[in-house]
Amino acid sequence: MMMKTLFLGLSIMLALTACGADEPRTLTVMTHDSFAVSEEVVAAFEAEHNAQVQFLKVGDAGAATNRAVLAAGNPLADVFYGVDNTFLSRALEGEIFEAYESPLLAVIPDAFELDAAHRALPVDYGDVCLNYDKAYFEDKGLTPPKDLDDLLAPDYAGLLAVENPATSSPGLAFLLTTIGRYGETGYLDYWQGLVDNDVLVVNDWETAYYEVFSRWGGDRPIIVSYGSSPPVEMIFAEEPMEAPPTAAVVSDGSCFRQIEFVGILAGTEQRKLAEAWVDFMLSPTFQEDMPLQMFVFPVNPEAKLQAEFVDYLAVPDETAFVSPAAIAEKREEWIQAWTEVVLR
Amino acid sequence: MSRRTRVLIWVLPLSFLAAFYIYPLASILGLSFGRGEGGLLAPISKVLGDAGLRGVLWFTFWQALLSTLLTLALGLPGAWLLARFEFRGKALLRALSGIPFVLPTLVVAAAFTALLGPRGWVNLGLMQALGLETAPIQFVHTLWAILVAHVFYNTTIVLRMVGDFWARLDARTEQAACTLGASAWQSFRRVTLPLLMPAIAAAALLVFIFDFTSFGVILVLGGPRFATLEVEIYTQTIGLFNLPTAAALALLQLASTLGLTLVYTRLARRISRPLTLQNAGRGARRLTSRRARWAAGAFLAGLALFFVLPLGGLAARSVSRLDAERRQRGSVETGLTLDYYRALGENERRDIFFAPPGQAIATSLGYAGATVGLALLIGLPAAWALAKREQDFLTRALDPILMLPLGTSAVTLGLGFLVALDHPPLDLRASPVLVPLAHTLVALPFVVRSLTPALRSIRPRLREAAAMLGATPRQVLRHVDAPLVGRAALVAATFAFTISLGEFGATALIARPEYPTIPLMIYRLIGQPGALNYGQALALSTILMGVTAVGMLAIERLRFAEVGEF
Repeated sequence: MMMKTLFLGLSIMLALTACGADEPRTLTVMTHDSFAVSEEVVAAFEAEHNAQVQFLKVGDAGAATNRAVLAAGNPLADVFYGVDNTFLSRALEGEIFEAYESPLLAVIPDAFELDAAHRALPVDYGDVCLNYDKAYFEDKGLTPPKDLDDLLAPDYAGLLAVENPATSSPGLAFLLTTIGRYGETGYLDYWQGLVDNDVLVVNDWETAYYEVFSRWGGDRPIIVSYGSSPPVEMIFAEEPMEAPPTAAVVSDGSCFRQIEFVGILAGTEQRKLAEAWVDFMLSPTFQEDMPLQMFVFPVNPEAKLQAEFVDYLAVPDETAFVSPAAIAEKREEWIQAWTEVVLR
Repeated sequence: MSRRTRVLIWVLPLSFLAAFYIYPLASILGLSFGRGEGGLLAPISKVLGDAGLRGVLWFTFWQALLSTLLTLALGLPGAWLLARFEFRGKALLRALSGIPFVLPTLVVAAAFTALLGPRGWVNLGLMQALGLETAPIQFVHTLWAILVAHVFYNTTIVLRMVGDFWARLDARTEQAACTLGASAWQSFRRVTLPLLMPAIAAAALLVFIFDFTSFGVILVLGGPRFATLEVEIYTQTIGLFNLPTAAALALLQLASTLGLTLVYTRLARRISRPLTLQNAGRGARRLTSRRARWAAGAFLAGLALFFVLPLGGLAARSVSRLDAERRQRGSVETGLTLDYYRALGENERRDIFFAPPGQAIATSLGYAGATVGLALLIGLPAAWALAKREQDFLTRALDPILMLPLGTSAVTLGLGFLVALDHPPLDLRASPVLVPLAHTLVALPFVVRSLTPALRSIRPRLREAAAMLGATPRQVLRHVDAPLVGRAALVAATFAFTISLGEFGATALIARPEYPTIPLMIYRLIGQPGALNYGQALALSTILMGVTAVGMLAIERLRFAEVGEF
């Protein structure tokens, strides 16, 4: 009897300390350096789950993916957000994720779900498209390009600048656009045409956008940027504008869709909390916060877009597609072939 | 000095390097080679057998050599004028030349493009004056852009290291040579130059290694047709995830640095000799002849303009309405604005990682202060041991190792930090200590190289004399070594300070996202479209320039207040 009471008391005490522990659990989310989120959105999650979210930013998307692969099985975080479809195979082959079939996947269109095993769950997308400087074309009385094919016309000679696929993520996306569009047999011919039409190659988006683009004082009115760039130009204008100063070319097969994924890192000790965070990222609260923070767009159709994007975001109906597996397998080969044709 | 003391001196620098350099580097290299087939040798022979990669190695080498020679060509006359002559604005010029050191490459590239780009001021001016249709000067994406940017970044190394040493050479030796009938050139060639060689060699080595491992300049100003080993390591690591190849390239880079440093250390021991250093400024005089004054003035003005034009242009753009630059139709006003500075303090999007500029400045200065302290704490004993005449095997072996962190691929080492320092015994992930530790690693070679020539130059007799007169070793240190080294220590502190303020690569991987440094915030802003983002990046860059200049001038003041006279 005595023993039993003692045991009962002990169990109650243990249960009390376990349940009543007000100490919030810490969830560590590893991500890339462009990650941004509103304070109140994170606060909402923390309050609901009595948790504290700690973010670890470990370089750009490529560096972060490498980091996760090198630590596979012994992760330094619970969740990794930010691997995109160009790095997805690297992450999956590295076996960094535990599968988790979130109930929210039910509402997300199948086109975004590139991993059938649900190790990597889609969170957002952004399209890499040609952008042009509207004022330049108005001044010259020239029709802006409507499609990739237009860029081969003599009228557009010396107007285009692109990023190097070996060093830049939009640069790689644009190379993949041409591969998706013209196929493995045709894309090099297309690039040869661009070279003949005096395409300029720079190494990074920042140089393309702020040094080379005629919108910003350069001399090239067409560059490779994001579909979101024109509305973002408006949001970050010095003085309110009536319409964006630039526009994106979104004809069928002219853009490449970058999809970013989240996954639970294999070996986490916070599986339940990690699941809750993944669900949270797919829920409208987080999804509606992303466009203004990271200029990427919700995969959850229930999330509403802000007015700035509803009015001025051009979304392509059909984007060029190359599978993550093909990207992983042939990335080096394609970049080398591209380098031979374009830079040598 | 007993063997035990000697070993003791090495304990601190060695354990620092072992924990924060050798351990992370070995971890990542081991991991990388482990991922490939054929272990260590296969990737290395693959790299050496690849004609393209051999080309990269060759280019890396000769562009660094050319950059170093050009930097010396501009820096040495500048160092001479700073050392030997009195003129107004000396401290300002020294501070000015150090500012580029902290600026992100993207910002420096923007500054040069605004000057020399196809639509830059120079080209537009020439087009207007000569009635040309196209820009006459091709600068961006040429070899010249790489060379000019390297000179822009690194001239300060020569000005500081050589200039400071020169200022303390006794001018009377030259004067004596002249009295004995030597021409000015002969006295320079036969007397001054040999005495100066240790400092020149040290500065040249640092400049060369900096250029040899150049990354941002090559990527942004050189463009896609140029690649150094570091660029190749980056594409192999991030783009292609070819870790064995990347590791082989990193080893190649390391071996090159090591080889060069070995040559240097042999040379340095041969060329350095004890001499009587004097208080700086005693040898400085005014230029008397009109022609000399004119020539020196023109050179200094040119040197100042080389720094002022790009930096000033940058600051000017941070207060100009950017949209106005392209004559956009509509309601946009033209002229000056402080909007970008104001916007820095606002967090309209309520971003969780937002940091007001005051906090970013405080964070950057905090890291910089910690780096200065750590780098001196570790660098002083190391330099002191290196400067000893009677060198044992340990010292000789360790000398080049101190230099290696600078020649190590930042991409590789950054990954190494993440891989090695996230589990016991050294679990430092997301610890604020990690940032100054990484910065100290980069600063250490500068600290050691700034201190060693000064320490070596102390006549042993001076110490012996002090000891003979009854001074304890501690007193010798305090009253003989410290005053003589104080100045060099301040040069070292300046380097550590600027290196920390400007560091980006490692900081991006290991800093706490809630506490970004100024360079991290600049990169973040410049990575987004829109006038406000770009304008804020320019505004923050201008603030960074200001913080650096004020910091360096403050260190300069310290120099005169505390260790100026002895």
